[in-house]
Amino acid sequence: MPLLSIRNLQTRFATDRGIVRAVNGVSFDLEEGEILGLVGESGSGKSVTALSIMRLVPEPPGKVTADAMTLEGTDLLRLNEAEVRAFRGSRMAMIFQDPMRSLNPVLTIGRQITEVLRRHQKLDGAAARRRAIELLETVGIPMAEKRLAAYPHQFSGGMRQRVMIAIALSCNPRLLIADEATTALDVTIQAQIIDLVKRLTRDRGTSVIWISHDLGVVAGLCDRVNVMYAGNVVESGPIRELFHRPSHGYTLGLMGSTPRVDGGARRLTPIEGVPPNLIDPTPLCPFLPRCRVSADACRTQAPVRRDFGAGHWAACLADLAK
Amino acid sequence: MSTLLEVEDLEVQFGRPGAPGTVKAVDGVTFKVERGRTLGLVGESGCGKSTTGYAILQLIRATAGRVMYDGTDLCQVDKRNLRRLRRKLQIIFQDAHASLNPRMPIGDLVGEALDIHGLFPGAKRTGRIRELLDMVGLAGHLIERYPHELSGGQAQRVAICRALAVEPELIVCDEPVSALDVSIQAQIVNLLQDLQERLGLTYIFISHDLSVVRHISDNVAVMYLGRIVEFAGKDEIYNAPAHPYTKSLMSAVPVPDPDIEAQRKRIILKGDLPNPADPPSGCRFRTRCPVALPQCAKIDPMQYPLEDGHWAKCILLAKNA
Repeated sequence: MPLLSIRNLQTRFATDRGIVRAVNGVSFDLEEGEILGLVGESGSGKSVTALSIMRLVPEPPGKVTADAMTLEGTDLLRLNEAEVRAFRGSRMAMIFQDPMRSLNPVLTIGRQITEVLRRHQKLDGAAARRRAIELLETVGIPMAEKRLAAYPHQFSGGMRQRVMIAIALSCNPRLLIADEATTALDVTIQAQIIDLVKRLTRDRGTSVIWISHDLGVVAGLCDRVNVMYAGNVVESGPIRELFHRPSHGYTLGLMGSTPRVDGGARRLTPIEGVPPNLIDPTPLCPFLPRCRVSADACRTQAPVRRDFGAGHWAACLADLAK
Repeated sequence: MSTLLEVEDLEVQFGRPGAPGTVKAVDGVTFKVERGRTLGLVGESGCGKSTTGYAILQLIRATAGRVMYDGTDLCQVDKRNLRRLRRKLQIIFQDAHASLNPRMPIGDLVGEALDIHGLFPGAKRTGRIRELLDMVGLAGHLIERYPHELSGGQAQRVAICRALAVEPELIVCDEPVSALDVSIQAQIVNLLQDLQERLGLTYIFISHDLSVVRHISDNVAVMYLGRIVEFAGKDEIYNAPAHPYTKSLMSAVPVPDPDIEAQRKRIILKGDLPNPADPPSGCRFRTRCPVALPQCAKIDPMQYPLEDGHWAKCILLAKNA
């Protein structure tokens, strides 16, 4: 049984202009110890998918429905507020792009880590403190004992993100969701954090959903990738299959837009135009107006899912073998 | 090929000289940029790359050094003449929306640049604005729109348009694509390349994204704690980095290919950037350097020349080291 199983997740927001379908029928499974990448542009539904799993979408104006959304067999959508709180932190945890916004500026780092331990693991003061030191050491913060008394502003961006990871890991969650967790960091610090995440999944068997717009980071970290566009997964596959045989016009577009540090002077082929509005979804492929490889069939019928084996599929009618 | 810009021993110090907590954000930066070429300025947050860009344009006054632009030292030019020269020196910022006045329609935002320098007055003004919008790939009807009605990519095109309006020679691009989605980023990168080819522009392209920098630059300068530690052509800097900092930086840039990623050896640096108010003695990188020697604490490394204008500041490059 997969650790996390999602079928037909729909997340909508009521706005003055109409219902925004931010996530529109997402389905996927996440196995134990697996690192799944979610890639796509701003507004493709990556973050809202993550927030829906964490039950962090405010309702109203949001509305989250799914045929199934289970973590270790528990239906996440049937949990009441108290049960969700107990789940968050202990079974599933999330880290965000900007750690400064997730940390309380007027509380010490130590207080913020021990708070989680005391609440979820019912540790007493001294035990929580010992565990907090251990956690900071695990994520590579030197002089951890001294640092407990520091405030967030005294830490660099990379150190703050490490603190967030320490807090996220403090109760040994089975699922860790990282939303653009290294996007704001410098590359050398990003490399440290990715190294840390790899080590932690290997040592603890934690499953990870890694949301990023950076195909390079995903290529180096993830086992599998879901490419999202206009609120849905349009292509999914094991990392090597997806990168070597991209099979959706959008995936192809993303790769053509990405400059490579090891590449030559190849001119970039951008995706022209802008993402569609999510209020009146088209019955056709939502990427059609921007697609460079569309076929005649794309203009008359809805995209169908085509399977290529090894769990690699794409919802695309274009013939990319050409 | 002629040199358009020559920066010599540029220094920018923040705070009262000699007082505790003063920071030399830029400390002895020297480089040349050829006309019609692109220099990439890279390094981590806080390395002084943006400050260098601002000091070149005199948006921040340098505390020492020279900025020779077409034979004139910009640091010595008075306010009135500087204003005249600014027509030739423009800048584009990361957050285009923040650099556009929200109360002005796009036409006026572009027209303002023309008005300041008395270009295309009267009847020709609107025609020129439309021509400029077309040049950056914006539809003419946007002339009456306001910045909040634009997407991030469109706003950056307006910012580029404003810079182009005064027919500049040099544009400092300060992280111009960092806030954009990759698909839009590629559109802007291509636009900048097309404009350079068409108008013979010279760019200083400041970015922390080494993939974009390699793509767009001719030469690359790598900065660390206020100093340039290595300078080379874009291919040499990636294929044959000489400074240990450049090596670790290049090894840390992810490549969108899982097979290459699986083979790569990352040089993971220890710790964070030291406090710039109290930089390490000798070589500033030594506290994080994986190959530092004891003498690195004492010797401030000189520029060791390598091939074809490539140089790096590391004592391990000394012939008898």
